[in-house]
Amino acid sequence: MDLLRFITAGSVDDGKSTLIGRLLYDSKNILIDQMEALEKSTKNRADGSVDLALLTDGLRAEREQGITIDVAYRYFTTPKRKFIIADAPGHVQYTRNMITGASNANLIIVLIDARLGVVEQTRRHSIIASLLKIPHVVVAINKMDLVEYSQDVFNNIVIDYAEVARQLGLKDVTYIPISALNGDNIVDRSSNIDWYDGKPLLEFLEDVQTDSDINLTDARFQVQLVIRPQTEELHDYRGYAGKILSGVYKKGDAVKVLPAGIFTTISKLEVGGEEVDEVFAPQAAVIQLSDDIDISRGDSIVKADDSPTIANEIEVLLCWLDEKPLQAGNKYYIQHNSRLVRSVVRSIEYKLDVNSLQQQQVEGQVKLNEVVRATIKTSSPLVYDSYADINVNGSAVLIDETSNSTVAAVLFQ
Amino acid sequence: MSQYHLDYLGELESESIHIFREIAAQFEKPALLFSGGKDSITLVHLARKAFAPGKIPFPLVHIDTGHNFPEALEFRDWLAKEVGATLIVRKVEDTIKQRNLTEPRGKFASRNWLQTYTLLDTIEEFKFDACIGGARRDEEKARAKERIFSVRDEFGQWNPKLQRPELWNIYNGRIQKGENVRVFPISNWTELDIWNYIRKENIGLPSIYFSHDRQVIEHEGQLVAASEFVQLDETDVILTKKVRYRTVGDMTCTAAVESNASTLDEVISEIISTKISERGETRIDDKVTEAAMEDRKKNGYF
Repeated sequence: MDLLRFITAGSVDDGKSTLIGRLLYDSKNILIDQMEALEKSTKNRADGSVDLALLTDGLRAEREQGITIDVAYRYFTTPKRKFIIADAPGHVQYTRNMITGASNANLIIVLIDARLGVVEQTRRHSIIASLLKIPHVVVAINKMDLVEYSQDVFNNIVIDYAEVARQLGLKDVTYIPISALNGDNIVDRSSNIDWYDGKPLLEFLEDVQTDSDINLTDARFQVQLVIRPQTEELHDYRGYAGKILSGVYKKGDAVKVLPAGIFTTISKLEVGGEEVDEVFAPQAAVIQLSDDIDISRGDSIVKADDSPTIANEIEVLLCWLDEKPLQAGNKYYIQHNSRLVRSVVRSIEYKLDVNSLQQQQVEGQVKLNEVVRATIKTSSPLVYDSYADINVNGSAVLIDETSNSTVAAVLFQ
Repeated sequence: MSQYHLDYLGELESESIHIFREIAAQFEKPALLFSGGKDSITLVHLARKAFAPGKIPFPLVHIDTGHNFPEALEFRDWLAKEVGATLIVRKVEDTIKQRNLTEPRGKFASRNWLQTYTLLDTIEEFKFDACIGGARRDEEKARAKERIFSVRDEFGQWNPKLQRPELWNIYNGRIQKGENVRVFPISNWTELDIWNYIRKENIGLPSIYFSHDRQVIEHEGQLVAASEFVQLDETDVILTKKVRYRTVGDMTCTAAVESNASTLDEVISEIISTKISERGETRIDDKVTEAAMEDRKKNGYF
């Protein structure tokens, strides 16, 4: 059984909470006491049914203010897969939350209200999906019951969205007509929508092929920690612990340590204390090398003939996540996986309108939820790939030196 | 399917090990908060794997309410010795005396929320900058929104509105003096994932997780061990039942479930078919108010 992480994008009005509640409920992941709590808080509904949206109800602080503060994570399992849902609020001021939730997702469900079709919000969510290169997109056209399950309505929305997908370069897009409220095409194929011959949503989520989402071709590894037990029996032991970001490493492989550029070979590989012949992404491993080299946290080990970019002046997309605005010339820490160095935002070329993808001139500061193209300079070189090529080695965050907050998501270009 | 493929337990394990290594690399004085329950036993197992062949580079800290199951304490001592970790025990009893705190009263007087005082004192005493806990996001809705690296102020308080965005697998553990971080490496595991992993890895557990005879009283449909920590009324009837524990907390606030399951396979098949959530079935303290966990977290609880 494997794991699928997905994000649901949409607002309460699109029926997002109802959809998640429906997935949890219909896949029998809601238990009696949770149902009781639900029934207790369901206001006198005329038909006596429970409000599934309340299953995703959050903190008291949020209920009091009628807002959603943050990304919530939900879990459910079917006999085929374990699912992790990043449930992110969808309004414009929450771009930050959506980026956070989307950063680990293999798939995004873009919810469209069948009565409204493709709207500005749909476009924004799709742009974020394309920026973050989420491999699979499901367009769930919801509230089909309110348009009399009309195939024409569905087809027109598909035509509109296909144009958005084409502009954004979204490749794997699947359209499913649903009614989250009534459960149409969620778990079972709906008899109300007999013209649709695709899979219902849950079945699609169970079956979607995610094997190729992980890059197994280009090997990337960054040292998190040097393990040196320095005990009597292990006094010479020196292992480089880290996660295999991408690709496969084998015992005996010729490798080079970057940014220093020193060549050596892999003498031993371990996973969880057990020796193995090969390791692959996303395993957490320990690599031992045949030569004694000065290696520390944040250094990269790649195949001898491989060449990620090594640079200290880097073109990036910055998604600004902090209330405190960015100003060109400000210094920040940049954390690229486990490598932490100082950096300065040199110049800001343009702002990307997340509703239209248009490039706009930046006037003054860069504010929360804005996405800009910029050049940063780092105090020592980073070993990276473009986000488009190897996303796990092409992403970083900026950290405010004084508040320690994570202030920006960085996508290397 | 490719030969290079991790199943969901492999992926969760890898994520947790990665988090453990980030903690060891980013902090000067981390500590693993050990309760004796299955989640913290799993944490210790993952920590051992993360730093093998070296030892776990931080102590296990147990905040002892004095209301523990003796079987859990025995297991705690055994495990610390087995993995070669330092065990630090600080007692709520001592905090109550030193700080002249008021003992909670009532039938199931629970010291659960008093633990926060002892925890904060212990953090202060040892200057811990990161405390590793076994909380899971599937447990409860306040947990569902908490980060894996959760920054707390000098009062240990969680502020849900001021959480750092946590993107990809990048963990920002930078803190100001006086702040500390609570880290939850098994955030993305569910109860069933933990059980399946325990089975896969053959991880030892205290005996109370399996069916055994126990003297209990029945209270509002829940079975509570008849111990010296529970005040018995005249109307209470002590029964001997075959039970197991689904979670291990204090004897005063953890309920048992009737069960004949004496092996991991049997326990797992019962959990798969259960209709009640872990907290709902076994935690007496969570039912007090709907926002109980949110409130406790804001006050410095795990």
